[in-house]
Amino acid sequence: MSPQPLLAIEDLSVELATERGPLRAVSGVNLSLAPSRSLGIVGESGSGKTMLSRAVLRLLPANAKVTGAARFEGRDLFLLPREALRRLRGRELAVVFQDPMTSLNPVLSVGGQIAEALREHLGLGPRAAMARAVALLAEVGIPEPERRARQYPHQLSGGMRQRVAIAIALSCEPRLLIADEPTTALDVTVQAQILDLLARERQMRQMAMILITHDLGIVAGRTDEVAVMYAGRIVERAPTRALFKEMRSPYAEALMAAIPKLRAAPHTRLAAIGGAPPDPTRLPRGCAFSPRCRYARERCRAEAPALAGETGDHAYACWFPLPDQSEA
Amino acid sequence: MAGGGRAQLRAEKMLLSVEGLVVEYGTGAHRIHAVSDVSFDVRRGETLGLVGESGCGKSTLGRAVLRLFRPKSGKVVFDGTDLAAAGGEQLRRLRRRLQLIFQDPIASLNPRRRVGDIIAEPLIIAGVKDAAERARRVRAVLQAVGLDPDLVLRRRPHEFSGGQCQRISIARALVLEPDLVICDEPVSALDVSIRAQILNLLEDMKARYGLTLIFIAHDLAVVKAVSDRIAVMYLGRLCEIGPAEQVFEHPAHPYTSVLLQAIPLPDPDAALPESAVPGEPPSPIAPPSGCRFRTRCPLARQRCAEEEPAMREIRLGQFVACHFTTGDLATR
Amino acid sequence: MAALDAVETAAPARRRHGLGVVFWTAVLWLALVFALALLADLLPLADPARQALLARRVPPGAAHLLGTDALGRDILARVIYGARASLGIGLLAPLIATLIGATLGMLAGYFRGAIEILTIGATDVLLAFPPLVLALAIVAYLGQSVPNVIAVLAVLTVPAVTRVARAATLVLRERDFVTAAQALGASPARVLLREILPNVMLPLGAYFLLLVAVIIVAESILSFLGLGVPPPAPSWGSMIAEGRDSLDVAPHIAFIPAGIMFLTVLAFNLVGDTLRAITDPRHAP
Repeated sequence: MSPQPLLAIEDLSVELATERGPLRAVSGVNLSLAPSRSLGIVGESGSGKTMLSRAVLRLLPANAKVTGAARFEGRDLFLLPREALRRLRGRELAVVFQDPMTSLNPVLSVGGQIAEALREHLGLGPRAAMARAVALLAEVGIPEPERRARQYPHQLSGGMRQRVAIAIALSCEPRLLIADEPTTALDVTVQAQILDLLARERQMRQMAMILITHDLGIVAGRTDEVAVMYAGRIVERAPTRALFKEMRSPYAEALMAAIPKLRAAPHTRLAAIGGAPPDPTRLPRGCAFSPRCRYARERCRAEAPALAGETGDHAYACWFPLPDQSEA
Repeated sequence: MAGGGRAQLRAEKMLLSVEGLVVEYGTGAHRIHAVSDVSFDVRRGETLGLVGESGCGKSTLGRAVLRLFRPKSGKVVFDGTDLAAAGGEQLRRLRRRLQLIFQDPIASLNPRRRVGDIIAEPLIIAGVKDAAERARRVRAVLQAVGLDPDLVLRRRPHEFSGGQCQRISIARALVLEPDLVICDEPVSALDVSIRAQILNLLEDMKARYGLTLIFIAHDLAVVKAVSDRIAVMYLGRLCEIGPAEQVFEHPAHPYTSVLLQAIPLPDPDAALPESAVPGEPPSPIAPPSGCRFRTRCPLARQRCAEEEPAMREIRLGQFVACHFTTGDLATR
Repeated sequence: MAALDAVETAAPARRRHGLGVVFWTAVLWLALVFALALLADLLPLADPARQALLARRVPPGAAHLLGTDALGRDILARVIYGARASLGIGLLAPLIATLIGATLGMLAGYFRGAIEILTIGATDVLLAFPPLVLALAIVAYLGQSVPNVIAVLAVLTVPAVTRVARAATLVLRERDFVTAAQALGASPARVLLREILPNVMLPLGAYFLLLVAVIIVAESILSFLGLGVPPPAPSWGSMIAEGRDSLDVAPHIAFIPAGIMFLTVLAFNLVGDTLRAITDPRHAP
């Protein structure tokens, strides 16, 4: 891709020190995101997807060891001095977290929190900032924005709090929005509304987005590209349609098969994946998925496959990718 | 009160029959109408799936059926005995036949006790005095849920993963071989790849122990995978109830349609879920008059505000509480 | 089924305990003080009550390791025998308070309603009194004796323990595992003893050690004011009081018992804090 990617993550690894030994949360992740494109990162708990986003935002605890690079418009985020990073965060790079109750300040009015971001990053005066905050609340679909702006987070429902969190994130016109499980805590009807809102805003602002989730259904219609993570690594990465039509890594296939389908008849037996995700302090020697993989062979247990791909677009980390599994 | 109606109750003898259940708590201005005049029944060997979003009262309903607290009014008839009227020793004996599985597997186990003791507890309470007998039954049920007793008995819950804790929780519920098990969001807190395991396990246990299940969840696909019949709740009221396949193929209530349409399908070619319903569920403190869904319903008319719809049979075995028929609703 | 493999890999989580040098030093100090207090009769100590008018206010040295006080009594012996009084009261009073307070707190927190209102009302009334003033008044009225001191201090400590126990119970009774026990038809007594108590014991145990520290200081204040352990039995508080007059010429008479008490109270605090830090966050899911 000729234009410079907006975000380029190169060989990123994150290691945390825990009482049970070093925990390798993320291993050798390579990702790139072009401007105004959207990337979905799918993984279960322990896959490293949240650690990845925190590493990029430099929100990890001090004892975390981060190697590799994360380049935003060419500049390595890990090498930026604190002040420059602070200016970047919130302004060009914005985040929406899973639980708006903890990501919003409970003692500030919601309008005040949006205005604070505006004054901080755009240097607006108090009155202008508040006016813009009210406008943003209206834009994210909150009815009676002037009244709501004066309310506190606990007076709003979960869906509305998430809208406020999105308003704060969008307030300074970021180039990239990272949404970490933004709808997991919400009801399914509200989830649809929030995802629509994000899609609309993306479209309007030509903003790039990273959508982190455990739900394959959410990324299916709303992202340009999907990366599937397992045990800290990316096991498959492809344009969304290509991924769903032609899954090549056994984990992605197994994950897909294990989801109860709305269209299936009642009492259809589910294709469960045996075992459990590995303990990140004790990862198996070869491929992390091999203990649970239907197709695992000797090579899988001995050596961890690197992320490779025939065509540049569709990459996977597997020695025996599907559909080459057919009886040899 | 015009109320939910009783049309959906079946004539034959049911294992569980709930009639006109009302649960409210809080006082005065903050009175929460958690469950308002709900009636349904469950045949022996059947699985009833109970779905709805947060605030619909499904968890409260499950606990009210178990008599974990006193409902304001209504009858809960289990195998011929009204639980609401039963007291003391009779209730305690009945309790053994009704069990509950919780949403958060780790929180549902006492962190300070060993797994073996946790699973033996129901037997002790039920009066099984012989320690060897208890040990035998504990081992048997642990094996049934797929855990190796020798590796599990002496450990504490925090040493296990979510999926394993849920198996332990299921073992505890099954050790007394109950008739009815209420599963309150049993897989919501688990990883996607583990959910299928636990759902399969529940189906296997149902077959092995001859159980009747009430499966409470907000995820429609999960509910469909295990249920024979589905009941949809909204803000304390029953919207629709009927055979699972039928309700999913031909949803009669507007809310059911909305729920179905909002689910994101893992298929990039599928139409995107439409957020066809604006706003959010109103508070259960001051539910709307008449039909509670009218504030968000695309079909709402004047009649909906004035008159609460009663349950009526729309198709064989399928009942809906709505003034308007399914003709206008799109299906998937 | 493949689920069985899942259990093999789930070996118990072993923690590398790094409780720290400070923690273990505190434990050692406490062990030392306890040992000396218990074995006082067997040790080659001077008689703590024997006065020697020719050897008054002797600074620490070869003959008397910690010196002598204003009446010529050996300070080392008095400090060790004084430890008996301070530690004895310091442990018994909180123990009694914990037994009473935990019971009241758990009952109040579990059953709520009238029991809770009465219990909290009573504890509020007790808490409203300035504790030391009340202690002084009661001891002055009832007479100065060790059992009286223990009783008064215990009663004054009950409200604090009750509140901690009630708070813990309020949280625990909402947890699913308690609901599970209730759904099984367990009697309230069984739920309280089997489900709630084991979990309440953790925060209470850590709190107990902090209480010991507080009661030691409280007892010494009472003794300092002459209303604690009756003379001639030594107690750290009374020793400090006796040393007051000699501060200019022989400060060691007051400072040594004060120093010993300071170290002991500090040690209890450190151990109690560490234990609370260990038990609270990790076992609270």
